[in-house]
Amino acid sequence: MITLLEARGIGKRFGGLTALDDVSLTINKGEVYGLIGPNGAGKTTLFNVLTGAYMPDGGEFVFNGSQLPTGKPHKVVGRGIARTFQNIRLFRELTALENVMAGHHIRTRAGIWGILTQSRFTREEERLTTERAYELLDYVGIAHLAEAVSKNLSYGDQRRLEIARALATEPHLLALDEPAAGMNATETAQLRRLIDQIRHDGVTVLLIEHDVKLVMGLCDRVAVLDFGRKIAEDVPSVVQRDPKVIEAYLGGGHKHVA
Amino acid sequence: MNELVAAVPWLGRRNPMAARWLIIVLALAAPLIAMMFGRSWVRVLDFALLYMMLALGLNVVVGFAGLLDLGYIAFYAVGAYTFAFLASPHFGVHWPFWAVLPLGAAFAALAGIALGFPVLRLRGDYLAIVTLGFGEIIRIFMNNLNYPINITNGPQGINMIDPIVLFGWDLSRTLKIGDFTINSLYLYYYFFLLCVAGSILLIQRLQISRIGRAWAAMRDDELAAKAIGINIRNMKLLAFSLGATFGGVAGCLFGAFQGFVSPESFSLMESIAVLTMVVFGGMGNIAGAVVGALVLALLPEVLRDIAVPIQQMLFDRVLLDPEVLRMLLLSLAMILMMLLRPVGLIPAKARYAHPEHLPRKKEARP
Repeated sequence: MITLLEARGIGKRFGGLTALDDVSLTINKGEVYGLIGPNGAGKTTLFNVLTGAYMPDGGEFVFNGSQLPTGKPHKVVGRGIARTFQNIRLFRELTALENVMAGHHIRTRAGIWGILTQSRFTREEERLTTERAYELLDYVGIAHLAEAVSKNLSYGDQRRLEIARALATEPHLLALDEPAAGMNATETAQLRRLIDQIRHDGVTVLLIEHDVKLVMGLCDRVAVLDFGRKIAEDVPSVVQRDPKVIEAYLGGGHKHVA
Repeated sequence: MNELVAAVPWLGRRNPMAARWLIIVLALAAPLIAMMFGRSWVRVLDFALLYMMLALGLNVVVGFAGLLDLGYIAFYAVGAYTFAFLASPHFGVHWPFWAVLPLGAAFAALAGIALGFPVLRLRGDYLAIVTLGFGEIIRIFMNNLNYPINITNGPQGINMIDPIVLFGWDLSRTLKIGDFTINSLYLYYYFFLLCVAGSILLIQRLQISRIGRAWAAMRDDELAAKAIGINIRNMKLLAFSLGATFGGVAGCLFGAFQGFVSPESFSLMESIAVLTMVVFGGMGNIAGAVVGALVLALLPEVLRDIAVPIQQMLFDRVLLDPEVLRMLLLSLAMILMMLLRPVGLIPAKARYAHPEHLPRKKEARP
């Protein structure tokens, strides 16, 4: 097992509230790693700290063998970490294709002069970006909607588009924040196949999810957060039986989860 | 150009080629048509072209990048004053046009960055207020930098600015080819037309590029744009400075064309007028900026021209000064516009990609 991402003692406070308290975890290359926990446990905060949206108050992330910069989202993306959002955040006025092309921004190099003079390099890069974006739309199954304005897409398609846009940044680690939220059973099953495919194609996946069935079926390992602390980290079958986890989810006094 | 073609009513979608030629012919013939109504109308057209450049530049900042800028005219002022300093008897410097133009553009771009840095974190109303202040600061500087050292000549402005001279060819002189004479206003018109065409070309290239898409992404959702690795700071500064560059170039042309610059040409009302053109035409698309500038630059002049005869015909005397009426009718036009077509005259969706350039279209998955 090769370690891809290691979080070491991450802490984050908002005023008097401790959102993350000394959280450490290890994500291996090629696995689907689940992050679960009750509402307000700090899952999304961990995402935000990891991707540079928030500055951590303590700790560090080691990614691919070296420390990640904190508080600089574009550098984190450059290192190969992409994310999606719990409440979908697309570029509403752009088409599906343009959304994914925008996602490719960080992997393209055309400068202002190249663009103004339409140098050969720029045109070639533009062509490749368009092609690559189209392939990614096909990959997530919405190539037929390439020229639809993204705000008009259905909810499930918007979710897929957001994943395609994240994949366009060519990540090593794809962090999905509740991708199945609001999806029906069919859409969830499709999403599950898609995540499996992504993992199969060599991208490690970090998954925040409330759908316990999805997490248990899909993840290789699961960490459980509760009140900003990691209370368990193991394969799903073990975590499922962990009394601390059961207590966190159902409150004290319960012996069994149905 | 494609957006402009598509914006031609009726013909644009049915026969784009014909619409393209229609635009070109109209653009070339416009001053000849205007001449039938008098020479002053050619001058109005010249100014309409300058406004077009301003609207195109402001559209980069407001329409593409979503940064509301109420002080845009300051860059126009920077360009105009740069030209006035370097090509007039004021300092006794007479640099050639081709040397001053890039300098004017560069100074305006620097001013754009100078404005951009402090407002990086501001959005919406707050950004609007600071940019408004910036525009006023530049104007007040121009107004007061005549003491203790006279730099700008204060409210009197700078006079006798050199005309545009292209490779020894003075645009301000009537051109004589045999018996045929071409008035300087025409020469300026065609030169400005060339500049506007160039601006459209460059801005279109910017729009459909990784930078154009980054701007649009930032405009639609800044947080998501960060999350896909767009460097927000650089992209904002780039939008401000590139937008300002077009303003600076237009300013140089204005200074040379007018032969005179003074601070009162760069008031807040002018900033608002240019912004109105962008909004009126349809924010975020090139055709909108062009049409908006054309309509709003011509409309007041037309109104001014017909206000007096109509009033005389109806009431036998002039009740309302055309200048007063102009603002009134213009505001009315804006209100009607906002009620009837809030997205602008030409609400075309701006494109940021060339999907038709894909080598093959794959079949949709079942």
